[in-house]
Amino acid sequence: MTDELGAFALILALVLSVVQAGASGLARLRHDATLRGAGEGAAFGAFMAIAVAFFALMHAFVTSDFSVMNVAANSHTEKPLLYKVAAVWGSHEGSMLLWCLALTGFGGAVALFGRGLPSGLKALVVMTQGMLGMLFIGYTALASNPFVRAMTPPVEGASLNPILQDPFLAIHPPFLYSGYVGFSVVFSFAVAALIEGKVDAAWARWVRPWTLAAWSCLTVGITLGSFWAYYELGWGGWWFWDPVENASFMPWLIGTALLHSAIVTEKRGALAGWTVFLALAAFTFSMLGAFLVRSGVLTSVHAFAVDPKRGILLLGILAFAAGGAFSLFAWRAPALKGEGGLFAPVSREGSLVLNNLFLAAATLTVLLGTLYPLIRQALTGEAISVGSPYFALTFAPLMAACLLILPAGPLLAWKRGDALGALQRLWGAAALALIAALIGYFLLQPQKIFVATGLALGVWLIAGSALELVTRVKAGSAPVSESLRRLGALPRGQWGMTLAHMGLGVFVLGAAFETSGRIDAAEALSIGQSLKVGAYVLTLKGVAPNEGPNYSAERATLSVTGPHGAAADVTPERRFYPANRQTTSQVAIERHGASDLYVVVGDRRDGAKPAWLIRAYWNPWARLIFGGPILMALGGLISLSDRRLRLAAGAKRRALPQVLPEAVG
Amino acid sequence: MRAAAKVAVAPFVAVLLMAAASNDPADRLPNPLQETRARALFRDIRCLVCQNQSIDESDADLAEDLRKIVRGQVAAGRSNDQIKRYLVDRYGEFVLERPAFSVGNAVLWGAPFAVVLAGGAVILARRRRALPSEAPLSAEEQARLDEISSKLI
Repeated sequence: MTDELGAFALILALVLSVVQAGASGLARLRHDATLRGAGEGAAFGAFMAIAVAFFALMHAFVTSDFSVMNVAANSHTEKPLLYKVAAVWGSHEGSMLLWCLALTGFGGAVALFGRGLPSGLKALVVMTQGMLGMLFIGYTALASNPFVRAMTPPVEGASLNPILQDPFLAIHPPFLYSGYVGFSVVFSFAVAALIEGKVDAAWARWVRPWTLAAWSCLTVGITLGSFWAYYELGWGGWWFWDPVENASFMPWLIGTALLHSAIVTEKRGALAGWTVFLALAAFTFSMLGAFLVRSGVLTSVHAFAVDPKRGILLLGILAFAAGGAFSLFAWRAPALKGEGGLFAPVSREGSLVLNNLFLAAATLTVLLGTLYPLIRQALTGEAISVGSPYFALTFAPLMAACLLILPAGPLLAWKRGDALGALQRLWGAAALALIAALIGYFLLQPQKIFVATGLALGVWLIAGSALELVTRVKAGSAPVSESLRRLGALPRGQWGMTLAHMGLGVFVLGAAFETSGRIDAAEALSIGQSLKVGAYVLTLKGVAPNEGPNYSAERATLSVTGPHGAAADVTPERRFYPANRQTTSQVAIERHGASDLYVVVGDRRDGAKPAWLIRAYWNPWARLIFGGPILMALGGLISLSDRRLRLAAGAKRRALPQVLPEAVG
Repeated sequence: MRAAAKVAVAPFVAVLLMAAASNDPADRLPNPLQETRARALFRDIRCLVCQNQSIDESDADLAEDLRKIVRGQVAAGRSNDQIKRYLVDRYGEFVLERPAFSVGNAVLWGAPFAVVLAGGAVILARRRRALPSEAPLSAEEQARLDEISSKLI
């Protein structure tokens, strides 16, 4: 029964999306408040309908209703409840439903929270959101329906891939999809602005909170995914430049550029066309990712529900939505009425333009690295590979240049900045960065240049952001009470920015240190034998069987002796999942400060005495790699809570004061 | 085990597990310097039958064979370039994780930096264009400015 209800709700959502787009479009044409209300109501209704469908599918998974083909293919009665729930978005069909849930959710949120928006603009945003809804809900309902029934239901399901049965992995898609699809709102705002022919400071102010929200969610989603790979894949790698990772990274990079260019448009009225372009590009990259991941055009281990026929449909959706939007951009952008404030190259605007330039170029490296092998194969028939060495030579220097100018940006004045003054204030950070570089170069092995550069950049970012805060509150130059007063009066946007930039610095430190300083060791150990990794000695105490709910495991117990004496035992496991006939590795990770001791038990080697292959890794500062981005996302959320950006705030205020003379005269 | 489904659409891995098969005590070269060099090379060589994994990460049989070849040639004293050329001759450019600097890859290597240069040029050009607006005030503007200033005082 609930399955039919879900299927019905999905169709209902499609119809409501059509109503949403049609009524809102007409409302804009006729300036009709009733139609506008109808469009908004339909937007909210579509969200409710998709939510019903979503929970109906969840019900099918939780009750193991194998008459639904999607459930039979992706669930199993013995699977723990959390993974039954997570299996809802674990397949192609279910993940598209989650995508639609996020899409209609954001559409409904605009309708609900966008009270301060000019009515014409709002109607156009709701209309565009409705059109996107038609495309994606239409695709889900007609080509990828998760409620399709089997004529003869199987007795038992096929289960979910065991390495996906993991709490971090289970919860990361909702974050990821909120991020991807959150950019749809920004996309709709851009389309609406192009139709209206007007991009001003107020527009940028409405766009910023949505960008921040989507960007923060995407940051958390990517970080969780990366953390999962780190401990689940069994050797401590956390980023692989895999096409599917790249697909999530491109919208993030463009979203980051958009966050910064929207500031210029909001505060100074400049870069209007560019900001609109980025707003369209961010969601375009999200859609590109959805296509790449599901179509099978790229070889990736993330071979996720690959289906070329559906791939073509998704490509059609991408071509229609992005093609339409960018055609509109080409047609209308030259006529955009921006306020176009002028600025000198050395200024806050100038630094943000450079930030955008480097981020755009970095995005291009990721795009080319992902698609170029495909293009070259199509043109010349020659197959090439693009692996991490390519990104180390292109992406890394571009981002390093971007990070180098970062701390100076917030210290420059709008319009015309004082480069020398900014550098004078930053000399402390520069000195610390230099010290870090020297320490890295002379004391750490191997990859000296790499680790020295990474440490210097990380310290430069953290100290530079801290110094900027010090400058803002005039610590040292003003009385302490005055500084404290200023500190209390700082807007949350300032705190958010400082935290995000520091988080980036923390990430850079971790990435540089972990990548260059990782130690690995592997030996086949019999009971009582030891293995040395870095400053730690692991001794195999025993191996015993361990039965789990849907797997059976071999659990090794190893004692750890470090420089400070013995620590707790670690217990890595090797699990066998009979339902999938797969063996996975349950890594044991012992955290020491920000560093990890990472232990994996491998296969059994029979000799005179039975032995087990034990691999151990010392991953110095690895936790910073994940902690940094979490700080960045937190910075985004704090910024989002800034009064000035609160949804619908500032709508009634005029964007910029009229020209000065009138005010004076 | 290239990072599976991870990031993007995470839940959807197909293969997996047991990575870093490259560091197996049974296969190691006796000379630690040679072993280090071989392992660095593994990272630059792609496992041809895997989904986007280097032979350092893959536990496929072919990766195992390729590691044997590389270790053997390192032990025989051949240079990194010789070993890579040997593999490219047999398996094509596809075997290299780092694409060659060649005409066919000009766009791949050059485009990002071209974008930076072009962007820089646009910024400089705009600056030139913006300069005239900072020309001295006309007599009329100066008079108006003086009038406003006098009111301010």
